[in-house]
Amino acid sequence: MSRSILIADDEPNIVLSLEFLLEDAGYHVRIARDGQEAIDAVAAEPPDLILLDVMLPKLSGFDVCQRIRGNPAWRSIRVVMLSAKGREVEVHKGLAVGADAYVTKPFAIQELLAEVARQLQRGPDAG
Amino acid sequence: MSRPGRSLLIATTVLSLFTLAWAGALAFVLWSQADAAQRESLRAALAGRGAFVALFVLLLPGLLLLLLRPWHRAWPLAATRLREAVGIVASSHPGHAITASGSPEMRELARAIEQLALRYASAQRDVDQRIAQAQARLAQETRRLAALMSELTQGVLVCNHDGRILLYNAHAAALFEAGDAGEATGVNGGGIGLGRSVFGVLDKAAIVHALDQASRRAAQPGVSATAQLITTRRLPAQGGPPTAQGIQLLRVQMVLVREAGADGDSGYVLILEDITRAVESDSRREALLHQLTEGQRAALGSLRAAAETMQRFPLMDEPRRERFVQVIDDESARLVRQLDEALARGADPLRGAWPREDMLAADLLFAVQRSVDAGTGVHVTVEPSPDPLWLQLDSHAMVQALTQLGAGLNAELGVGTFTLAATADGRFARIELRWAGRALAAERLQQWEQQVFSLGSQGRQTSVQEVLAQHGAESWARAGEPHAVCLQLPRARPERLPNVAAVRSRPVYYDFDLFHQPGQSAALDDTPLAALTFTVFDTETTGLSPSGGDEIISIGAVRIVNGRLLEHECFDRLVRPRRPVGEQALQVHGIGDEMLKDQPALEQVLPGFARFCADTVLVAHNAAFDMRFLELARERTGVAFEQPVLDTLLLSEAVHAGRASDEHHLEQIAERLGVAVLGRHTALGDAIVTGEVLLKLLPLLAERGVHTLGQARDASQRTSHARLRY
Repeated sequence: MSRSILIADDEPNIVLSLEFLLEDAGYHVRIARDGQEAIDAVAAEPPDLILLDVMLPKLSGFDVCQRIRGNPAWRSIRVVMLSAKGREVEVHKGLAVGADAYVTKPFAIQELLAEVARQLQRGPDAG
Repeated sequence: MSRPGRSLLIATTVLSLFTLAWAGALAFVLWSQADAAQRESLRAALAGRGAFVALFVLLLPGLLLLLLRPWHRAWPLAATRLREAVGIVASSHPGHAITASGSPEMRELARAIEQLALRYASAQRDVDQRIAQAQARLAQETRRLAALMSELTQGVLVCNHDGRILLYNAHAAALFEAGDAGEATGVNGGGIGLGRSVFGVLDKAAIVHALDQASRRAAQPGVSATAQLITTRRLPAQGGPPTAQGIQLLRVQMVLVREAGADGDSGYVLILEDITRAVESDSRREALLHQLTEGQRAALGSLRAAAETMQRFPLMDEPRRERFVQVIDDESARLVRQLDEALARGADPLRGAWPREDMLAADLLFAVQRSVDAGTGVHVTVEPSPDPLWLQLDSHAMVQALTQLGAGLNAELGVGTFTLAATADGRFARIELRWAGRALAAERLQQWEQQVFSLGSQGRQTSVQEVLAQHGAESWARAGEPHAVCLQLPRARPERLPNVAAVRSRPVYYDFDLFHQPGQSAALDDTPLAALTFTVFDTETTGLSPSGGDEIISIGAVRIVNGRLLEHECFDRLVRPRRPVGEQALQVHGIGDEMLKDQPALEQVLPGFARFCADTVLVAHNAAFDMRFLELARERTGVAFEQPVLDTLLLSEAVHAGRASDEHHLEQIAERLGVAVLGRHTALGDAIVTGEVLLKLLPLLAERGVHTLGQARDASQRTSHARLRY
């Protein structure tokens, strides 16, 4: 069975590329346009990994991440944060609220795909 | 007749009387032992020779006078002259020559005293010379200090512990001048001046915060007792240098002044720099940089991803390919637009590059603890941190921001106790505000962070979010036991740590005795009377004897500003004394114990009065009397009145010299000057009459060449009443 990935980002231009690439790599991809949609999508069916933009409408990426980490049932979900906020303090905050990785925009797709693969290989309990 | 002549006469008389009495006694004894025949022959011998005997008796004083004169010259007269000469030497003229006269013994004595006088005179000259030298050195040091201060590009304010300005340079005056134009009409209107409170121009909360910081540092060995703070001042609409938000940004460096042997600090020096412009340009640059980097990361991200995808899949179908081309088109257009905007708009000033100081995390936590405790009464414990953790902060703003968060938690969740902890986390410091009980929703935290609060009374409006942004800090709420609001701040880089050993604290010496000098400074003395702000006051008392335990029962005061008596700016309080009102006093003012029993005690009233008359010149009629009461109350209330004092009684005498003393009663003076007397013998009524009298006296004083406060005081001191003391 293919691994499922949730892309939570409000920028359609980046979502287009991400969706294409990840589907091509064999993942099952879903899209959420804001923080609340992301939470709803996770609640409907927990993905294996979520690509989470920080600057989301309604609920920020940090908040979404905290909620996911606050629910024991969602412990196994890997969270990779994507952000245009590249300062070290924000990277640090992302990891502090429970993200597994933090990727700064712009990124090389090769790097992103490698990171996604690495996170999914670590398995649910490697956290 | 001169005193030495009289003593000679007395001596002659006494001696004559004694000789006659002795001769009389001899005659009486001889007479009483003689028999009848002897008496008869004696009587016969004396018969007809009475005139002869009388002549003898009468000649005796003259003879004695002749005999006593040389003795008198040699002893009593010589002694008197010597005493006078010694008096002159001792009191006024050490070099006065002592002439020897009289008996040899007296001459010896005079010569010995002359030796002593010579030595005394030379010692006196020595002392005078040393005093003159010391004064010259002091004057030179003062000139040097003044020269140094005027050369400094920063503003310098020297304040005593109460924040009273003792010394300032022209730059400091210029710095605050801009802000004064619009507000100088108020009694404590802006601007700086000797003896005025620094809190009139700088935010009190910020100064108190800096004092705290500096004192804490002073307690650590080897660290200099200084603190830095950034504070803001609102500028009036026009007049000041045009800044974006009408806010002047000041960097203030505070140095505590300690005196040898003293425990506490006697004051502080503030070094001021206007950094409004510097920060504006800094923050513009930073914001521009921010916009050019982070602002465009998203666009670049989309571009790069699209380009790489197309490169990777050259054979993708046409519609899809079309969409990717569209993305590249969109995003590059967005980039160009953003770049243009960034260059055109510059940056939002007063954001971003906010200046910071180095501070220990532990110090920050203690400051927050005190602030939260004082503001909300919430109990805060500080968890000790093992290692010194240095932060770079605008500490005043950060303390206020954390206090806001604490207050928010208290109000929202009813949290009564917090724990504050700071831990190192790589290049960051993590500050946690922990509590037990209900958790906090992330959205609520965001709402609080956007709430605007103001930093101190003069301060700018800001929000927790803004403060955090200025510090490059991030925050989030963490649920779990215990719950916490986490703040992540960059740690200070090692090379930016305050230099502990190199800045040796305070090697500089100072001889100026400024810190003991109350408001009566030279510059104030030179101030024209018309330009001074006066507090005219009067007291009613339980009796006329302050040292006998009589007490104040009423204080009334009005202010005179710019030559106008402001009756609405008045102070009028009754005071409950600790002894009953005297019968005579009751006759005068009619205030009985019944009226006073529910009034506040002097301890409660006097601080308010002190605030009312701060930074003004005190005026009263027969001020020595009222001041004596205030002085005696000082021990009990701790309130000291050290401002200059003028007395309308003395000023009136300076104007109308030579009148009998009962013509200087307030009523008589008022009548003479054409002031209507209303409501006499209430403290406020008398204060108003006294104030009007003062206003009438000022032009009369000016006619007599008395224009300044110093001249008025000198004129007062020359009057005869000035010698009266209670």
